[in-house]
Amino acid sequence: MNKTFDYKVVDEIIDELGNRQSAVIAILQNIQEHYRYLPKEVFPYLSKKLGISQAKIYSVATFYENFSLRPKGKYVIKVCDGTACHVRKSIPILEKLRKELGLSEMKTTTDDLHFTVETVSCLGACGLAPVLTVNDKVYPAMTPDKATGLLNGLKEDK
Amino acid sequence: MKTNNYMLIDGMPVEINGEKNLLELIRKAGIKLPTFCYHSELSIYGACRMCMVENQWGGLDAACSTPPKAGMAIRTNTRRLRKYRKMILELLLANHCRDCTTCNNNGKCKLQDLAVTFNIERVRFPNTAAKPKIDDSSYCITRDQNKCILCGDCVRMCNEIQNIGAIDFAHRGSKMIISTAFDQPIASSPCVGCGQCAAVCPTGAIVVKNDKKKVWEALDDKNAKVTVQIAPAVRVAIGRELGHANGENAMGKIVAALRRMGFDEIYDTSTGADLTVLEESNELLKRLEAGAAMPLFTSCCPAWVNYCEKNYPELLPHVSTCRSPMQMFASVIKEQNKTSGRRPVHVAVMPCTAKKYEAVREEFKTDGVPNVDYVITTQELIQMIKESGIVFADLEPEAVDMPFGTMTGAGVIFGVTGGVTEAVLRRLTSDKSSTSLMSIAYQGVRGMEGIKETTVMLGERELQIAIVNGLKNACDLIERIKTGEHYDFVEVMACPGGCINGAGQPFSSLKEKEKRGKGLYSADKLSNIKRSEENPLMMSLYSGLLKGHVHELLHVRYKAGTKEEN
Repeated sequence: MNKTFDYKVVDEIIDELGNRQSAVIAILQNIQEHYRYLPKEVFPYLSKKLGISQAKIYSVATFYENFSLRPKGKYVIKVCDGTACHVRKSIPILEKLRKELGLSEMKTTTDDLHFTVETVSCLGACGLAPVLTVNDKVYPAMTPDKATGLLNGLKEDK
Repeated sequence: MKTNNYMLIDGMPVEINGEKNLLELIRKAGIKLPTFCYHSELSIYGACRMCMVENQWGGLDAACSTPPKAGMAIRTNTRRLRKYRKMILELLLANHCRDCTTCNNNGKCKLQDLAVTFNIERVRFPNTAAKPKIDDSSYCITRDQNKCILCGDCVRMCNEIQNIGAIDFAHRGSKMIISTAFDQPIASSPCVGCGQCAAVCPTGAIVVKNDKKKVWEALDDKNAKVTVQIAPAVRVAIGRELGHANGENAMGKIVAALRRMGFDEIYDTSTGADLTVLEESNELLKRLEAGAAMPLFTSCCPAWVNYCEKNYPELLPHVSTCRSPMQMFASVIKEQNKTSGRRPVHVAVMPCTAKKYEAVREEFKTDGVPNVDYVITTQELIQMIKESGIVFADLEPEAVDMPFGTMTGAGVIFGVTGGVTEAVLRRLTSDKSSTSLMSIAYQGVRGMEGIKETTVMLGERELQIAIVNGLKNACDLIERIKTGEHYDFVEVMACPGGCINGAGQPFSSLKEKEKRGKGLYSADKLSNIKRSEENPLMMSLYSGLLKGHVHELLHVRYKAGTKEEN
C-alpha cells in the first residue's frame, strides 16, 4: 500500500456513508468527487475496509461509465451528443474543442491536467441544444466559436 | 404414482423431490441438458442460456433458474430449442479461437464437446476472435482471456468457494472480460494457485500450467537420475481416463507406466506423509506441553499456506513448521542421491496446481536447486502415458522401489479431507488396537462436509479438532477462532473434499469425487501397516539419513514477507 497516499479523505467518506459492502458505489462516487477520478491507491484500502475483493471493486468501477480510473482535468467539459444535440450539430463543437486542446476520442485529458473533454448521451436539456457542461455548469445553445471563447475564458481563469 | 407432487418432462411424469431447480430434475430424469455456467456447488448464474426449456404455454425458461412446481409440463427438445442452442453455440464460436488441435484443453473442452453434440458444421458469422492474450505469470495456471466465454464459473469458484476474489468481471457489454484488478498479471493478484478456476473452466481460457516437456527432457538426459514420487490422490483419479473405474486404486499400474517411461526410481508420497505424521504429531505434543498458543494449523496444502501468507500473516506462527509430505520426501530423496554419479532430478506427480508454486519456493531449494525439480499433475501424467503409447489397461501392476518403498495406510488417506487428522490421531492415541482404529474413523473425521469438528481425548486432555476444506470455510473458521472459539488442531485443505479434488485431477462431478475418497479409504484398509510410526522405514530413516538433520530436512518457517503489494 502506498505510504504517501493520504487515506484520511477515504476514511471520512466511509465514516459518512457507513462501512458497508452495499455502500461501495456511493463511496466510489464520493471518492471520485474529491479526486475527480478513482486513484489506484484506494482499491486495496477499500478492499480491506469493506471486505470486498479488489477485483470486485474494479468490476464495479469499470462497469459504470461515470467512474474514471484515469485522472481528469480541473475542468471536465461534457459535450452532449444525444439525438437533439447531435442533429443541432454538437459534433463540430466537440471537434473544435478537441482540436484546440490536442485531444481525441482516446486521449481525453490534457497533459497539464487542466481539461478533460468527453461526450455524454443526453443531459436532459434538449430544449437548450446543443448543450455542454463544464464541471456541471450548463452552457446552452453552443457553437464551435462560442466553445472557443468559453475555453479561452477558462484558460485565463487557471 | 400416489403423490401429486410431480411434473411432466417431455411427456414423462417425474416426481419432484426437493430439487432446487428444473435442471436437477431434468438430469435426474436421465436427460443430458447442456450447460456452460451451471455447477451444483456454485450459485446459479443463468447466463449461458443453453439449458432453456419450453413450457406448456410455449414460453422459454432457463431450467437452472426455474424451481420445479407440481403440474408443470416442459419440453427439453423441440425444434425451437434446438435452433436456439445451435444459435448460441454459433455466436460463441464466432468470436472464439477455433484452433482446437493446438489448444491445451483439446478434448476436454465443453464448447468443443457441445459443438460436436449439436452438430455445428458451419458458423454463419464471420470469425471475430482476437489473437490470444496469454497471462503465464503464474507457476500454476495459464490464462488466455480470448478463449473465455464469460460463463463466470471461475469467478464464482474463486469468490464463493475459495473466498479469494482474484478475478472478476470487468468492463461491460461487448467489452466485458474476466480480469484481475487493473488487469494486473495473475501472479501479482491475491491468487493462491489452487487452480479450481481452471478445474471449472469449460474452455481453454484457464488451464493448468504444462510442465511435461521439462520432464521428458530430464528423462532423455542420460546424465540425469530421475526419481519420482506419486501423491496418494493421483491413484484414485487417473483410471477413468485410461479405461478404469473412477475411484479404483491404480497405483501399481502408475508405477509400471512410469517405469516404462524411463524413471529410475519410483516412490509413493504416502511415505513422505508418514514422516509428516510423525513430525506433526510431535509438534502438536510439544505445543500442548509447552502451553503454546493454539491451534496448530496443518501445512500440507500449499494453496492454504499461500492463502495464510497473503491474508492472515499474523497466523503464520500457528502454521505447522512441517514441510508438506512432498517436500519432506523430496529432501530425503535428494539427500540420498546427493552422491549419485548422475545429476539427481526429482519429479512429483500431484493432484495439485499449487504444488507447482511450492516447488519453486526459495525455502525448498538446496544450493539454489529446487528439491522437487518438476511437478506434473495427474492430467499431465495421463497425457504423458498416452503420448508414450502405453496401454494402461493392459499393464501389470508393479511395486514401488526401495529403499523408500514402504508406506502405511495413514499416509495414503492424506489425499482426502480429514485424512491428515485421522493419521495424526492414529499416531497420538495410546490405544493401538484395531477397535481404536475403527473408532477414530467414526469420530467425525471422515466425510465431504466443508467444516467438521470433533473432540478426542488425549490422556487427560480433551483435544478440540476442526477439519476444513475449501478456503471460504477456512476463512469462516478463522473468524470464529478470532472471536474466541478454541481449537487445538485445525486441518485445512484448499480444495473442496481435499486433494482428491485438486485442480490437477481430471474434472468430474461431485458424486464421482466422493468415489475417489472411498478409493483411498479402501487402499488404507488393504495396507498391512496402518500407523505411520510402525513403518519400518521411519525407524531406519531417523537413525540414519535424518539423524541430526531432522530440522534442516523436514521443517520450514514461512515468512510473512509475501504480503500483497500494491
